[in-house]
Amino acid sequence: MKDMADNLFITLVTIMTIALSILIASAGGLLFVNAGDVMNGWKKGIRIMAYITPETRESDVAGLRETLAKMSGVRDVRFISRQEGLESLKAQMKRQMSLIDNLDINPLPDAFEIFMNPEEQTFEKIETLAARVSALDSVDDVEYGQAWIGRFTQVFNLFKFIGITMGILFFMVTVFIISNTIRLALYSRRDEIQIMRLVGATDGFIQVPSYIAGLIQGAVGGMVGLIALYIGYLAISANIEKNFSSYVIHIRFLPWNVVLGIIVYSVFVGWLGCFLSLRQFLKNN
Amino acid sequence: MSELTKKHPIVRMFHVYKRYGAKNALADVSLDIDFNEWVFVTGPSGAGKSTLLKLMYRGETVSEGQILVDGSNLIRVPQGQVPMLRRKFGVIFQDFKLIQTKTAYENVALVLEVAGLKPQLVRKKAQNVLRQAGMEDKMNQYPPSLSGGEQQRVAVARAIVGDPKIILADEPTGSLDSRSAAIIMDLLKGYQSRGATIIIATHDKEILSRTNQRIIYLENGRVMDHGMRTDVERNE
Repeated sequence: MKDMADNLFITLVTIMTIALSILIASAGGLLFVNAGDVMNGWKKGIRIMAYITPETRESDVAGLRETLAKMSGVRDVRFISRQEGLESLKAQMKRQMSLIDNLDINPLPDAFEIFMNPEEQTFEKIETLAARVSALDSVDDVEYGQAWIGRFTQVFNLFKFIGITMGILFFMVTVFIISNTIRLALYSRRDEIQIMRLVGATDGFIQVPSYIAGLIQGAVGGMVGLIALYIGYLAISANIEKNFSSYVIHIRFLPWNVVLGIIVYSVFVGWLGCFLSLRQFLKNN
Repeated sequence: MSELTKKHPIVRMFHVYKRYGAKNALADVSLDIDFNEWVFVTGPSGAGKSTLLKLMYRGETVSEGQILVDGSNLIRVPQGQVPMLRRKFGVIFQDFKLIQTKTAYENVALVLEVAGLKPQLVRKKAQNVLRQAGMEDKMNQYPPSLSGGEQQRVAVARAIVGDPKIILADEPTGSLDSRSAAIIMDLLKGYQSRGATIIIATHDKEILSRTNQRIIYLENGRVMDHGMRTDVERNE
């Protein structure tokens, strides 16, 4: 602690560097978490429509419902009678009502609306379930927005890939910046370290205080970065709620486990930066 | 030189060379320094005095030849054991080399902390040595607030606090007035009387003129002469 106080300026520069790196990286994380929430909200709307053959008797419908409900990955099944379907269609096509009014018979089949468990909603699992439903004798056709789900999944995966790549890049950049800042701190103590070696100090004796300083700077830098992010979050979320209250946009802060993870990460980065710079410094001096 | 000391050298050099690029800083240096001996190493600037001292505590490594210190062949001392080797030495420099952000006491105590002594013993020994050096009133002051003579007294205290077998002093009086220089030399004499070997690199003619100890004279990296003052003076 005394060494940190003696090199106060360098210590503050190191803490601010870590804080800024953590602020930028965790702001990306905050965006990722909230964008993920929005995407999960969309995913909840994904459902499979199974249209029933006209030959299916009313008495078989309950059995079919049970079969569908027991299928793996199914959360809920709702029966939509052909009449209900028509009413729903009329409600959606108010402007083209004449088209529907001219119909002599109801052309719509009875159908089941199948909702999946959120964690099972990968494109592959939706496709598999749709194929199994389609294979049932009583099912005439299935429809699950094949084209847009595929595209949506691609976008989501791309988003995930960008997030992970950015995370790795930020990690490398942060370690690089921190190890260089710590090296700067070590250079300011070069004479002191040389004197310590002269009087018989082992590398371990020299390294331990620097490691402790690295861990403390990492933890403090991480917390400062997160506090800055929280202040920014409070300001932005208050603003969004005031101006966009009619759109149901709810922004949430990073979950506690992520916050803890970021602090552990910043402590690790502080240590790693210290380790890399010390290793090189002691080899060259 | 008595038969007894002749048989007990603490530093032995055999055909030692130290090169920096194509230049020989030391060339074919062979010498013995005995236990409890007081030796001056002298010669003009650039003669290789400081290099000779650095080789002994492995501040530098030899280019060729062998050095034995207290029975250890320095070439064979692994890097991890160098700190242990250095604890056999107390080193004093012309520019003191005190840590500016530590007090006089902390500078001295560092040697004992490095050696892993218990805090109580560190405090007792460091305070005791600073008292011997006449620095008990200023042990909590930082080097920049001390005079040159006082800083060198702290440096001597730091050199002797770990009870090393050998003291290496590189121009210890070079930046001091004659009174301060005399105090430093007295402190070193006191430490020699406790059984230590003292090796001092200097070109301070005043000190050399008053000594009756062995003088090693270096020129262009070679030992030109070594013996008692009168012999060396004659050759100079």
